[in-house]
Amino acid sequence: MDLTILSTKGIIILVVFGITLLIAMYSTYAERKVAAFLQDRIGPNRAGPWGLLQPVADAGKMFFKEDFIPSQASKWLFILGPCLAILTALMSSAVIPFGDTIRFSWDSKNYEVAVQAIEINIGVLYIFGVVSLGVYGIMVGGWASNNKFSLLGAIRAASQNISYEIALGLSLIAILMMTGSLSLRAIIDEQASFFEWNVFTQPLGFIIFLTCAFAECNRTPFDLPECETELVGGYHTEYSSMKLGFYLFAEYINMFVSSAFISALYFGGFHYPFMDLVSGALENSLGAVAGHNVATLIGVVVFFGKIFFFIFFFMWVRWTLPRFRYDQLMNLGWKTFIPLSILNVVITGAGLLFNFKYSTWLIAIVMIVLAVMSSARAPKRTVVPQQTV
Amino acid sequence: MQLTNRSKQVSNKEMTLAEKMYLPAVIGGLAITIRHFFRKKPTIQYPEVKKYLGPIYRGHHVLKRDEQGRERCTACGLCAVACPAEAISMVAAERKKGEESLYREEKYAAVYEINMLRCIFCGLCEEACPKQAVYLRHDRMVPVFQERDEVIYGKDRLVEKMDDRYVRIASSEVQATPTEPSLTRAAT
Ligand code: SF4
Ligand code: SF4
Repeated sequence: MDLTILSTKGIIILVVFGITLLIAMYSTYAERKVAAFLQDRIGPNRAGPWGLLQPVADAGKMFFKEDFIPSQASKWLFILGPCLAILTALMSSAVIPFGDTIRFSWDSKNYEVAVQAIEINIGVLYIFGVVSLGVYGIMVGGWASNNKFSLLGAIRAASQNISYEIALGLSLIAILMMTGSLSLRAIIDEQASFFEWNVFTQPLGFIIFLTCAFAECNRTPFDLPECETELVGGYHTEYSSMKLGFYLFAEYINMFVSSAFISALYFGGFHYPFMDLVSGALENSLGAVAGHNVATLIGVVVFFGKIFFFIFFFMWVRWTLPRFRYDQLMNLGWKTFIPLSILNVVITGAGLLFNFKYSTWLIAIVMIVLAVMSSARAPKRTVVPQQTV
Repeated sequence: MQLTNRSKQVSNKEMTLAEKMYLPAVIGGLAITIRHFFRKKPTIQYPEVKKYLGPIYRGHHVLKRDEQGRERCTACGLCAVACPAEAISMVAAERKKGEESLYREEKYAAVYEINMLRCIFCGLCEEACPKQAVYLRHDRMVPVFQERDEVIYGKDRLVEKMDDRYVRIASSEVQATPTEPSLTRAAT
C-alpha cells in the first residue's frame, strides 16, 4: 500500500469519525424534535434558528457541570466505564461501507479506493465483537459506582444484551448463509437488484434483527437498564458531567451504527433501484472517472437517507410503545426469538439447497395463517357496559 | 356512578396468537403517532405571540379616575381588608379647598401602594371597592421584576393616566394581552 492510498484512507477515516460524532450530536436534537412533533409540540427552538444550536448548548452545559466521583467508588474503573462505552461505540463505524469506490489519478497512476474506513473481510464479526464489548462499559461503570441501583441496572443491561445477542447473531446467520461471506461489502453487493434486498428474502430475519437491535441499543421498548421508578438512573445513577455525557453519546452512536448496519444488511446499503442505469448514464456523459465518482456520491447519499430513516424509526418507536416488563423481555428473547431465528436458519438452508431464496416467506405465511385462525376462533370479547347505580 | 360512557370493561382473557405477535398492535400505534407528527401544532410562541385572554383576565391594577378626571378612591380601606394577601396599604388624607378637581370625595388616598410580590391577582379588591376605584385591567400584565425595590407600586404607577384610560370591553377588539407594549404582535 503506497502513501497515496494511505493518505486517502486517512482522510476517509477522519471524515467517517467526524460524521459519526456529528450525527450522534444531532441525534440528540432530532430525538427531542421528533418526540415533540409526535406529541403535538414544537420542541427546542430557542438556541439558534429552529434550535439548531441546542446540541452545542447541551454539550456546554455538560462540560461545565461538576464532575463528581463518589468517595467509595473505585476511581479508575469509574473513569474507565464511560471511556469504554464511547470507545467501543466509535470503533464500530469503521467497517461500514458507506459507498462504492472513488477513482482518481495521482502522479500519473490510477487509484480506486473504497468509501469505507477499513475494508476487512470479517466486517460482520468485527462489529459483533466490538458491540459486545460495549456492554463492558456499562457493566464496569455500574459496578464501580458502588451503588446498588447502578449495579442492578448494569446487570439488567448485561443480561439483556447477552440474551438478545444470540437471536441477533442467529438471524444474521441466515444472511451469511445466503451470501457466503462475512464481509459487509460482499453482503451489500449481493443485494444489487431491488428484489434481492435481504428484507425481501429474509422478512422474518429482518423483524428479529430489528427488534434485537432495539434491545442492544437499550432503546424503548427495551430500555430496562435505566428506569426511574425502580432503579433511579440505572447504571449511570452516580455519573455526572461529561462522563454521563459520554454514556448518552455512546447510546446515540450505537443507534447510528445500528441503523447503518440494518440498512447495509437488509436494505441494500448504497444500492437503489435502477442504480445501473443511473451510473451507466453518468459514466457515459461525464466520463469514466467523474461519472463513477458522481454515481458513488449518489449511492452514499442514498445510504445516508436509509440510515436517517432508521434513526427516525428508532425515535418513532420510542415515542410510541410503552416499555416491556423485565420478565416479558426475557420471555420474548429466549422463548420466541431464539427458536424463531433457529427455524429461520433451517428454512433458509433448506431453501438454498433448491436454490430458492425466498423460502423464509413460508414461515411468515404460516404465522399469518395461524394468527388469523387463532383470532377467528377466539371467543368474542364481551364488553359488558357498566351498570349505572 | 357513571360520568361518561367512554369507560371500557377490562378483560384478562388469554391473548390470541395474533395479539401475542404484537406486530399488528405495534403498527397500529405507529400509525397513530405518525399522524400526530404531521398535525398542526397548537403551540403559541409565548413572548412573541400573545393570546387574547378574555375581558375578565385579571392583570395590572389601575386606580380609576371618573369622567372629569378626578380620582375615585376615597381611602376607605375596604380593598385592603378584602385582600387575602395583605398586599394593599394606604394613607388617607383630607381634601383641601381647591382640590375638588383632583379628588372626587372629601377624603382621598395620599399614598396607595400595592406590593406586587404579595398580590395573588385574585381580584377581591376590585369586588370590595364601593367606589369603583380599583380595577385589574384585562389587557396588561404586571411586568417581570428583577429587583426587590421594584415590587411596590405606588400611585404614580397605579393611577390611570388621562391619555391612557382603561375601558373594559367585552368585545373581541382587544386581541392580545401584552405585558410590554413593545413586544405586542398580532395574535390569533
Ligand atoms: S388582586 Fe387580590 S391579592 Fe391582589 S391586591 Fe387585590 S385583593 Fe389583594
Ligand atoms: S380603592 Fe376602593 S376600596 Fe380601596 S380604598 Fe379606594 S375606594 Fe376604598
